[in-house]
Formats: sequence, C-alpha cells, structure tokens
Amino acid sequence: MKIEKLMNEYDVIIIGGGATGAGTLRDCSLRGLKAALIERSDIATGATGRNHGLLHSGARYAVTDQESAQECISENQILRHIARHCVDETDGFFISLPDDDLAFQNKFVASCQMAGIRADVLDPKEALSLEPSMNPSAIGAVRVPDGSIDPFRLTASNIQDAKAHGATVLTYHLVTELLHRQGTITGVRATDMRTGEQTELHAPIVVNACGIWGAHLAQMAGVKISMFPAKGALLIYGHRVNKIVLNRCRKPSDADILVPGDTICLIGTTSTKVPYDEIDNMYVLPEEVEILRKGAQELSPILEKTRILRCYAGVRPLVASDDDPSGRSVSRGIVLFDHEKRDGLKGFITITGGKLMTYRLMAEKATDLVCEKLDVNKKCETAHIKLPGSREEKETTLKKLYSMPISIQESMVYRHGDMAEKMSKNNTINNSLVCECEEVSYGEVSYAIDHMDVHNLIDLRRRTRVGMGTCQGEFCACRAIGILAKQKQICPTREKEELIAFLNERWKGVKPIAWGDSLRESQYASWVYESVCGLGDENKK
Amino acid sequence: MESINKSDNNFEQCLKCTICTVYCPVLAVNPQFPGPKHGGPDQERLRLKMPSFYDEANKYCMNCKRCEVACPSNVRIGDIIQKAKLKYSRHRPSVRDFFLSHTDLVGTLSSPFAPLVNKALGWNVTKQILDGVLKVDRHRTFPKYSHEKFTSWMKKHADEQKQYPHQLCYFHGCYVNYNFPDLGKDLVRIMNAFGYGVELLEEEKCCGVALISNGFVGQARKQAETNLKSIRKAVSQEKAVILTSSTCAMTLRDEYPHVLNLDNKDVRDHIEIATRFIYRMIHETKAFDVSKLKFRNRPLKIAYHTPCHLEKLGWEYYSLELLRLIPNINLTVLKPNCCGIGGTYGFKKENYENAQKIGAPLFKEIEEGDFDFIVSDCETCKWQIEMSTSKKCIHPISVFAQALD
Repeated sequence: MKIEKLMNEYDVIIIGGGATGAGTLRDCSLRGLKAALIERSDIATGATGRNHGLLHSGARYAVTDQESAQECISENQILRHIARHCVDETDGFFISLPDDDLAFQNKFVASCQMAGIRADVLDPKEALSLEPSMNPSAIGAVRVPDGSIDPFRLTASNIQDAKAHGATVLTYHLVTELLHRQGTITGVRATDMRTGEQTELHAPIVVNACGIWGAHLAQMAGVKISMFPAKGALLIYGHRVNKIVLNRCRKPSDADILVPGDTICLIGTTSTKVPYDEIDNMYVLPEEVEILRKGAQELSPILEKTRILRCYAGVRPLVASDDDPSGRSVSRGIVLFDHEKRDGLKGFITITGGKLMTYRLMAEKATDLVCEKLDVNKKCETAHIKLPGSREEKETTLKKLYSMPISIQESMVYRHGDMAEKMSKNNTINNSLVCECEEVSYGEVSYAIDHMDVHNLIDLRRRTRVGMGTCQGEFCACRAIGILAKQKQICPTREKEELIAFLNERWKGVKPIAWGDSLRESQYASWVYESVCGLGDENKK
Repeated sequence: MESINKSDNNFEQCLKCTICTVYCPVLAVNPQFPGPKHGGPDQERLRLKMPSFYDEANKYCMNCKRCEVACPSNVRIGDIIQKAKLKYSRHRPSVRDFFLSHTDLVGTLSSPFAPLVNKALGWNVTKQILDGVLKVDRHRTFPKYSHEKFTSWMKKHADEQKQYPHQLCYFHGCYVNYNFPDLGKDLVRIMNAFGYGVELLEEEKCCGVALISNGFVGQARKQAETNLKSIRKAVSQEKAVILTSSTCAMTLRDEYPHVLNLDNKDVRDHIEIATRFIYRMIHETKAFDVSKLKFRNRPLKIAYHTPCHLEKLGWEYYSLELLRLIPNINLTVLKPNCCGIGGTYGFKKENYENAQKIGAPLFKEIEEGDFDFIVSDCETCKWQIEMSTSKKCIHPISVFAQALD
C-alpha cells in the first residue's frame, strides 16, 4: 500500500461528518480558517441521520431541564431563519389523554413560559379540528412552536456552504492515527476506505466531532471520555398522517412524539443502554416495535390502520460529566472538552453531547475555542447568515422551474430550497422522474452526484430521498444506479454490488416490520430484482 | 367538508407494480397525464402532505376505471384521482362544463324544441360557435334530442304496464329520456314478453357522473340522494332496479359510496343492468323461459364492444349471453380497447385529438371486420363509434328486442 505524504496543511481538521462536524466546518470556514473535514462514511450517517427530525421548541425539556429548553427555543428560532428549507413549521401539540394527569399540564405550561417558549392551552375540541388525526379522547392540548427538520439536508447544506468558503471534505476516510509531536496533536493519518490510499493531514488543532464514536477517537489520542451509548428506536409510517407534531403531555417517556417529517410521519423513541462495542450494529427488536406502535396509536388512532414503512435505531452520545465518571449523572447538554486544560494534550478538542437542535450552538462553541487557540479574532456569524437553499423566497424559486410538473417543482423546492434552480435546466431529460414515490427528477439526481459528495446509492438517498418512498427502491434504484454509473464511470460489476448493497440496506429497515402491504411490496421488489433482473445469486436478502 | 389530511388509506395497498400504467388508455397518447399510479396512489401521499402538490394534469384522467380493473391490489385508483380533482383542483368548471354536465337541465330545455335543436346542432355555424366560444370540439356530432321524452311515453302507458303479474323499476338515465326513448321502449317490450311490467322510479335525476367529472360535486350529491331515496322505496317494495346504461349503473353502485361518500350498502346489490337481470331470471330463478320467445331468425354478423365501465362492473358477460340467445347470430367480441369518449371528456376541445387517438385501434378493428353493425351497452361509446366509423352502434337490449318476432 502506497503511503503518500501530501503536504496537506490546514488550520483545523474536524473529524466527524454529522451535523456538529459539518456545522463546525462551516463556522470555521466562515471565520476564514482553512478547514478540512474527515468522515469515515457518508455525512449524516451517525446519530444525525438516525433521530426524530424534530425541531424541538424546548417544551419537552421545560419541566426537567430548563437549560436545554432555553437552548432549544433559541436555536429553534435561529434555524427557522438560517435553514428555512430544512424546516417545516408545523407547530406542535402536547396532548393529555384520559390516563394522563391534567395537573401536569399546568406545570408544563408554567415551565415553558419560564424558558421563554410560547405555550397556548387549547380546548381539546379546537385542537382536534386543527389536527384531525389526533386522539379524539384527549382531555387537554397545549400548542408550542415545535416543527420538523431534515437532518440530511441540514448537514448537506452546511457542507455546501463550507465548501463554497474553501473547506475540504473527505468522506469515506477513516482516521487511523492521530499524529503527535511533543505532547501536541499535529494532524491525522487517514485511509481512503474506497481505494485504500493513505493520506496525512496536518493542522495545529484537531476537533473531535465524532459523537458517540468520539470515545474511541479520544482513546486514540490517549485521553479518556466516558460515553454511555443509549439506543433509540423509531418507526416510520407510510404517509404524513399528522400535520402538527403530537407529543404526550407527561413526563418524557418512550414512544410519545409523532413527527410529520416530509412525506411520512415517525414515532419515537425508546431508550435502552447498549454496550459501547455494539454501537456500529444497531437493529430494532420486536418488543421495541410493539412499544412504538402502541405509543403511536395512543397519539393518533388512525395509525393502527396505516402502513408502517420501516424502522431504524440510533445511538445518543451521552457523556458522563467529569465530576461523576460513574455515569449516574449523564448529561444531555453540550459538552466541550479542551484537552489541553483537561488532560494536558495540546491541539485536540472534543465537542459532543447535545442534540441535533443545538448543532449550530455546539459548532459555535467549538469554533470559538479553535479561534481562541489560533489567536483568531473573528465573531461567529452562523446565527444570521442563511444556509444555501434558504436564501430566496419559495415562490421566487418555483417560478424559475416553470417547465416542470407542479409536483416535481414542489418536491424539489421543499428539499433544496433555492438550490433547486441549479438542478433543473428546464429540459425534458432533467424533468423526467427517477423516483416516482418522492418525485425525484433526473436533474436532481444528476446534480447531487456531481456536486454533493455522493459516492453510492445510499449517499444519494440522503441527499435526494431516492428510495425513501413506499416502494423502498423498487423502481428508482435501478434508474439511479444507471445515472450514477454514467457520471462516476462505475464498472458493471460494481454497479451490481452497489444496487445489492442499497436494496439490502432498505430491507434491513423493513425486516422488523415486514407484514401486510410492506411485506408484499418487499417481496414484489425482490421478485423484480432477483427473478426478473437476475440479481439473485449475489442478493442474499 | 372532509378534512384535508384524512384518508381511508386505500392508496397504501399499492405495490407500485405499474400494471395500471400499462392499461391506461390516456397515458398511451398523452404524456402530460401523470398516469394512474403516479397521479393516484403516488401523488395522493404527497397531497396528504400538502395540497399544493396537486397536479392539474390529473384533469386528463377520463375516469374509465380501466386502472381499477387492472389493479391486482384492489386500489381504487380512478376514485383516488376523481376525489383529488374534486378536493384540490383550483380550476373552476367553465360554462361549457356546466352545459355538458347538467344533462337534466339541458335535456328539459331541448326536448320541446327537438327538431329545431337537432337541426341547429348539425349546422356548421353552430359547431364553429360551440368550438370557438365554448371549446366544444367542432368535429363532434351531438346526439339528437327526442321530441317526446321517455318519461312522457311511460306515463301514457303506465296503466297498461300495471296489468303484468310482476313489476320492476327502470332507471332509464338521461340518454333514454331525452335522446333515445326507443331503447327504453325496447326494454319494456322485452320485459313484457317475459311477463314483467315496467315502472319508473318515484323520482329519477341524472345519475351525476358528468357532474362529478366536471367538478359539480354538490349538485351531484343532491341528485344522488334523490335517486337513492327512490331506489330505496322500490327495493322496499321488492322491485328490482334495472338500467340499460352501464355508466349510470357504475355510478349508482360505486361512485356514490366511493366518490360522493354516500352509503348505498342497503340497495347496492339490487341495482343491476338489464342484461344481467335477464340472465339471472333465466338461469337462477328460472322465472324467464326463453323457449317461449319467438325469434325472426335473420342472419346477423355483429361485433360487441365492451364499455370500460361495464368491464369495471365485470358484467359484459351478461350482455354477450343475451346476444347469444339470438338464433343465427355471428358474434365477434372486439379487443378490449377504450373508444376514447369518456362521457363528456371527448367533447372537450382540448381532449378531442387524444380521444380519437385512444379510439383509433378500436375504429380500425371495426372497419376491418365487415360487420352489419356494432353492439355496445354505453351511449357515449355509441356516439363515438358512430361518429368515428361507418357503422351503427346499437344497444344489446335493442338488438334482442328487434330480433323478437
């Protein structure tokens, strides 16, 4: 294996391509630093891509954790402004069912008000008329400024903006070694996961933004962070049943948030401690499916008759506070370690904990520390500079897509905001559909492949929703792989492998809920690919 | 009004197998139409997310229901598209749509002046005006209006009909009433031959199929309620309710519950087309004895065209079986192609060309076959076939009645 000693010199190297890493990369780039991001897989593959996609108002934390609640409402307002195209301003209800204590509602409303979160008590009948899918037996309802947010687009948009400001992004690069010199981290050595080539990157500061995987990176650097992985499982329903986020108005527990996310709605979550060595292998158990189904049907009874599309699980990066390494007081707040102060290791900082909602604030805190160490005197501007996609009114962008059918226009602008303009050249080929369930056009796929760090079908799905609809890749996968192969010059053997990998990844999420129409559809898909297209031998699904 | 984000989830049964897309006659000639799968279950999901996803190109759906016949998953694709049109379309019906769909009103106004109206509708100048001002295509020929309505004729013969030992109710539909009472008279003749007297329903309005497809859902529901009330009364008196129009039958049975959300479970099974009723009377109850009928024994070479809505009901078999009772008949069943008219659809200027393209394979088969005439249960198929080919198109009931001695 050839070791290339490239003189890759940067001001800062960020490890981890989740929302926090991408946000930090953008913040550093906006402050004029030469920054690089390294991610072992695709962007938004860890906890970022495996959560609820809830734009928290903070109400959920108001009673138990005022600090988190205040952080949430403040970031909530910022994200509505800077990442408008990733946010759906749905509002949220906290409903009390006959089993719930209505007294909690008073406490809840008071706590929300204390944290600065608007919380309006509604008559349950009025709430039902606003959200017909909610449980009609509700005895109370409070309206809060919840919403939904798309973590894939949010991360991608941060990456796009960072790249526009000169940042380097290396996805599918595994950090194999942190370079040391005299008690200082000076860079990283990484392996390109696709070619096996090794690269060295040098910088005076390395930021650990690996979330739960950060414990491992810290170990590599010779310092210790105690992480407590907590698995959260979620179920996705086939279409958007509720237009307003539905929460249970009670002490936070399992399966009590139903979020309308893009074309679907999803119920979550569970919370189970898992051993650290299992974090790369998350699967959903039948008992978790049952808990989620039950919780979902309590919030919205129609879900009993709604198709379940798939399920998935993510790992929360919970960090033990330094005063209590036993993990009894695990924090859900933001954790920033300056390892120089903490462990005497220069050039290494860790940003972890927190949640998707506070990714920007985490990035700000990390970048502030990076700037302090590099003696750069630049203020953070990410709270008001809009992300690419959110810079133009929706109607203005829609007008530029005049030649497309309205359903494709709407879908494209919903996903990419003003970036949609670059994806349509208003010609027939670009306007034709690749994914029929999610209205993903050829132009969108083609643009994502060329400009959005897409290396395979699974990456493409995260950028465009190809394969995320009810058919789960049945039709779009073979169309998309053709475009990918053409634009990336992929050989037919790898093309087949990619297709199989994609279909198996889809099946993994369907398997735990494989009954009824979802099972019929999966069987149909496997019949098409295995029996008709002859993908049978390799495809062990 | 139904709330916007509520669904009975029927669209979720779709497996995206795309068979409907292959069977759609419109998509084959008009790529602007999203097609049954895409405009139906696929986009229904998006419309439930946000009504702004509604694609006005769904107006190109002619509601032939062939997609529903093709669907192996029992998805009511045509209904999903029809309902979406009614719920989300921002396009308001035009004056033309009003005249094409309010058949009772137009029929009532035209009948007294039938000779004049018929003549005027044939003039080129009238056609030019209809084309230019109302956007009704100038190539179309209009069905002639009858001077005497079928209902007036029936009233004259009511006492006579009461003489028969059994009674049944006939839902004649607008075409028989205003344009072609002879078909109704043929039915009466056949039923009388079998010993049944024919009555009108207490009150009959247009079934409303054209109102639904042109966006007048309130008016359609009102008429549907009147019809259901009359049908319930007939059923409570243990009278069968039969029709000669396949489209009216489909509307009363399926569009009422599926599109207009009117529950007709209690009477649905009592509504059927005349040919099925006759078949059941011959084979199930043995109440009709064919051996007693006398036929003229004239050789006939005819071809049967299956109307889309009759295929949806699954009942073309009964019409064919009735025709096969006629001695010395050479019957060809034409390939299952749509004629392209789609009720009022083909009359619209914007659809004329596509309607003719859809029908082209059928017209070709008809012209190549050297038939005496064509047989079909649907009045609009008849207009389309008679306009687009050199053959006459006759209802099986009329064919049967005329074969009787």
